[in-house]
Amino acid sequence: MSNKQLFIAFWTLLVKEVRRFTRIWGQTLLPPAITMTLYFIIFGNLIGSRIGEMGGFDYMQFIVPGLIMMSVIINSYSNVVSSFYSTKYQRHIEELLVSPTPNWIILAGYVLGGSVRGLLVGLIVTTLSLFFTDLHIHNIWVIISIVFLTAVLFSLGGFINAIFANSFDHISIIPTFVLTPLTYLGGVFYSINLLPEFWQGVSQLNPILYIVNTFRYGILGVSDINIGLAYAMIIGVIVVLFSYSMYLLNTGKGIRQ
Amino acid sequence: MTTALSIKDLRKVYGNGFEALKGISFEVQEGDFFALLGPNGAGKSTTLGIVSSLVNKTSGQVKVFGYDLDSQSDKAKCELGVVPQEFNFNMFEKVEDILITQAGYYGISAGEAKQRSEFYLRKLGLWDKRDEPSRSLSGGMKRRLMIARALVHQPRLLILDEPTAGVDIELRRSMWEFLQELNASGTTIILTTHYLEEAESLCRHIGIIDRGVIVKNSSMRDLLQQLNTETFILDVSPTLDECPVLEGYHVALQQDLSLRVDVEKSQGMNRLFSQLSEQGIEVTSMRNKSNRLEELFVSLVDKTLPEKNSKVGENNE
Repeated sequence: MSNKQLFIAFWTLLVKEVRRFTRIWGQTLLPPAITMTLYFIIFGNLIGSRIGEMGGFDYMQFIVPGLIMMSVIINSYSNVVSSFYSTKYQRHIEELLVSPTPNWIILAGYVLGGSVRGLLVGLIVTTLSLFFTDLHIHNIWVIISIVFLTAVLFSLGGFINAIFANSFDHISIIPTFVLTPLTYLGGVFYSINLLPEFWQGVSQLNPILYIVNTFRYGILGVSDINIGLAYAMIIGVIVVLFSYSMYLLNTGKGIRQ
Repeated sequence: MTTALSIKDLRKVYGNGFEALKGISFEVQEGDFFALLGPNGAGKSTTLGIVSSLVNKTSGQVKVFGYDLDSQSDKAKCELGVVPQEFNFNMFEKVEDILITQAGYYGISAGEAKQRSEFYLRKLGLWDKRDEPSRSLSGGMKRRLMIARALVHQPRLLILDEPTAGVDIELRRSMWEFLQELNASGTTIILTTHYLEEAESLCRHIGIIDRGVIVKNSSMRDLLQQLNTETFILDVSPTLDECPVLEGYHVALQQDLSLRVDVEKSQGMNRLFSQLSEQGIEVTSMRNKSNRLEELFVSLVDKTLPEKNSKVGENNE
């Protein structure tokens, strides 16, 4: 295929993915808006006013970056895992497999589709947060790059989950039992400096801690971890997940007999 | 003549150890209308699945219009359109969007894809349904949608895996006409079907596969010439109490009081009718017991599995 044809194939897949999640906006865009608004009201306003400061900022300001990233993480992952699994389940993955669209375009289309949803939900949550607090931008490039890289990373995770999934139960196990606990323990609601030294060390094994703190650094200029290390880790994991996804696609795991 | 599909030593062993294809080889020439027949589980769908890139082969080579499916897969896939046995489109998408999306996967621009979609949706009588979600279509319409989708990138080779399964007679006939028209316009067609009448009336060449092996690959004419005996059912008057003796013919009286007569190719029918006439028996109507291809098919496959033959026979009664 020529470069133009490759771009058309990629664009077709991306448009299809975006059309899918916007068609069902009541299931994809509205719930995170409502959930995060409740977080802002309950944790930020009601409980936060009694907590006082966290890391030198009022509690609402402290949790907003974490909640935005939580939305990006969960929505990027959920979009790809549910979309690609449905494609397998309804067998219209065959439309792609019989076509000359190369595997890397298939992967790029799904991952960018998931990333667009993650970024859109992140934007919605950010807009909602402005009704509750002022957001100062410390470093716009850090904000843009970390949100995009996070969306890509978790879209890749969702893709791999979907390849291995054999039932709808399998697509909810990782979000429920892995992603949500790691997000809650990833410094969204507290600074890890509050933890005893042992638990601070354990927390540093949580990859979401690096993501949340890097984003918080972009907005507030404070972080519990080294930003350079965070970028290196995130990019490294993306490379590993991308390579593994390509390996799975090339061998036909879960999609070809 | 160009070879549209070339399969060499194709072998498939599934993960559970089942050897679905045992090194089959055959070719389909450009412009042909080719039937790939075989009983359930013979390896037809596995073969077509490998050609369509939906099944990984264990070994062997597949070429589509000279393009190797391994080393030149994008070129090979562009020449190929696939209509699978089961519905495999997004049930929530609109009919027209399904075609435009499929065209996009082949690198066809949106404007061109829209024009082609309109052409094929009109051709297959689905234009009025273009804005409907595909799940709202009837079974026959869904099949036509899959054909339109397979044609939207204008392949030179079209593969149809049981396209008329579960389709009513009227629609089946209209589909036959459409496929014949398509073949006449130059598209090579490979078809699998359990309706042997369909294969006999549409196809010029035939391959019969049984338990992963090609047991026959020839032109339809040559194949039918191998048929030495045809069985006819005669409705007669008056009603017979016992089977008449007809010299030179094997005759049986059936439960519905019609006569079943085996006629060898060398015998002809005149002597049969004259003997019946001499015995005061009038033939009121006559038909084949089963179509000719079916008789050959049964004789070629499952020679070692008589219980399967009897099942085919039961279906014909």
